Amino acid sequence: MDKSMNVREVIKDNFNNKRHRGLEKFIPKIFLLAASLSVVTTVGIVCTLLFDAFKFFSRVPLREIFSTKLAPLSANPSFGILPLINATMITSLIAMCVAIPIGLTAALYLSEFASDGLRRILKPIMELLAGIPTIVYGFFAYSFVTPILMKLIPGLEAKNALSPGIVMGIMIIPMVASLSEDAMNSVPNAMREGAFALGSTKLEVAFKVVIPAAFSGIMASFVLGISRAVGETMIVAIASGSSKIFTFDITRSMQTMTAYIVEFTSGDAGSGTLGYYSLYAVGLILFVFTLLMNLLAQYITRKYREEY
Amino acid sequence: MSYDVMQQNKDKHFLNTEALKRRMKLRIILDKVAKGIFILSTLFSLLILGVLIYRVWNQSVGWLNLRFLKSNLSIFPEKAGIHGPILGTLWLMAIVAPVTVILGVATAIYLEEYATKGKFQSFIKTNISNLAGVPSVIFGLLGLTVFGRLLKLGSSILAGGLTMSLLVLPIVIVASQEALKAVPGFLKDASYALGATKWTTIKTVILPTALPGIMTGSILALSRAIGETAPLVVLGIPTLILRIPDGIMSDFTALPIQIYYWTLDAVLRPEYANLAAATIIVLLFMLFIMNSIAILIRNKYQKRY
Repeated sequence: MDKSMNVREVIKDNFNNKRHRGLEKFIPKIFLLAASLSVVTTVGIVCTLLFDAFKFFSRVPLREIFSTKLAPLSANPSFGILPLINATMITSLIAMCVAIPIGLTAALYLSEFASDGLRRILKPIMELLAGIPTIVYGFFAYSFVTPILMKLIPGLEAKNALSPGIVMGIMIIPMVASLSEDAMNSVPNAMREGAFALGSTKLEVAFKVVIPAAFSGIMASFVLGISRAVGETMIVAIASGSSKIFTFDITRSMQTMTAYIVEFTSGDAGSGTLGYYSLYAVGLILFVFTLLMNLLAQYITRKYREEY
Repeated sequence: MSYDVMQQNKDKHFLNTEALKRRMKLRIILDKVAKGIFILSTLFSLLILGVLIYRVWNQSVGWLNLRFLKSNLSIFPEKAGIHGPILGTLWLMAIVAPVTVILGVATAIYLEEYATKGKFQSFIKTNISNLAGVPSVIFGLLGLTVFGRLLKLGSSILAGGLTMSLLVLPIVIVASQEALKAVPGFLKDASYALGATKWTTIKTVILPTALPGIMTGSILALSRAIGETAPLVVLGIPTLILRIPDGIMSDFTALPIQIYYWTLDAVLRPEYANLAAATIIVLLFMLFIMNSIAILIRNKYQKRY
């Protein structure tokens, strides 16, 4: 090579090259634009919900909203939201009654009792359950669990709150188990060994050392599980039916907030009607509730996490 | 103490050995019983998985055949097929995949490589994790309002695809962030030491290294998108579409939607339940293939530094 090159000059040239400098300045801005899309999405959700929900709340008196009478399609429509909230609470409660004990004990087994090899096989299989679309669980609840329950419980309606509640719980088990197990895994072994040295059995170590130490993570997994159950749609839409009664009887059909939204849009509630706006009001309540739950879970993990 | 004294005191134990033995036995038994219960609850979910697949498979036998895959929807169960829904799902993937990968990776690069650690970055991160927890029906309402009515896309493939993209975007972002974080610092340092600019480093060093992780995350997000039903139902995808979709603006139906309507209609004709089961098998098979590809990429290309 005739011309000798000075590395410093090359870099300087490169740096002074206008096209390059322009690109270096321009690229981060594009990426920032993409990153702000997630904020725009959130703002979009809040705005669409607030805007149309406001139309609903301004036209329907509060006394009617907080009543137990829900009849959006009758000649004299009534929009009481309590049946929907009640059904959501009941199905979520049933789901958590299934998911918490089974998920927590499965997590305890995977983290405290199972060998490493066994855990490496069992955990991915369990997570397969989490990858199954919820519509498949809905089909399963309606065509398998409900008929079995009908044999066990006479008087159970073909659509009821119990069956989707149980199946929803099964769907949430992997989530509770996986998150709790992560929390238990981060408990340092030295703490376990200390307890073993004092003569504890594995069970005592699990309950007196591991669970208290991983408590924040376990609680967060429960809260996220509840949030998931409240927002779950297809299972309840299929297996719980669309009866809008206010009841605590889990053998009867009831409609959750999510199922109400699904039923109404797939029906003919055209834009501009009160029924259409009611979707957004229900959506708003659902959104606020799940958001609070998620923030609570984040707060629990941040505030009560013990660093070892 | 002499040996004699110890012999004399033998009857006067300081510890009540009998009680101790009983208590130890109880603790050990309790430990074993608990272990058994814990195993059972771990196996419970595996059992459910088995029962679910077996049950659906059983219901689909005799209905799942080549004719079912090739022919179009019909109100007669014997004639109905899912050619249209399969195409609809593929169209949906054709929109969701590029949109989420481009936006997701760009967001992840901004957050990991460009953003200064501060309030804005943690705000975006909190925002993303909250978006991931928003129920899918809410995304349906957003899609219905913004894409369906505001932009007048109706219930087209484009509207459905964009709604689904927003829904699974957080998954892609988080997965890409993890992949970018895993790129070792010495690779970047080496690139900078050669005089490369930041963008050149990202383009030629960081992205190729993080690519397997990004692809794994994107495929998993895509598999979530094609199984998701609620947003599409909220968008108002019609029940029965006999026309085959031919572009991003045409109306469509997808596999999960078809499962939903056939399950609801099973009250009218029990054969619809078989059709739903057969469609579920097709959907699960697609998900299985996609997940296998994701795992394959992860195992084959992911390097550990």
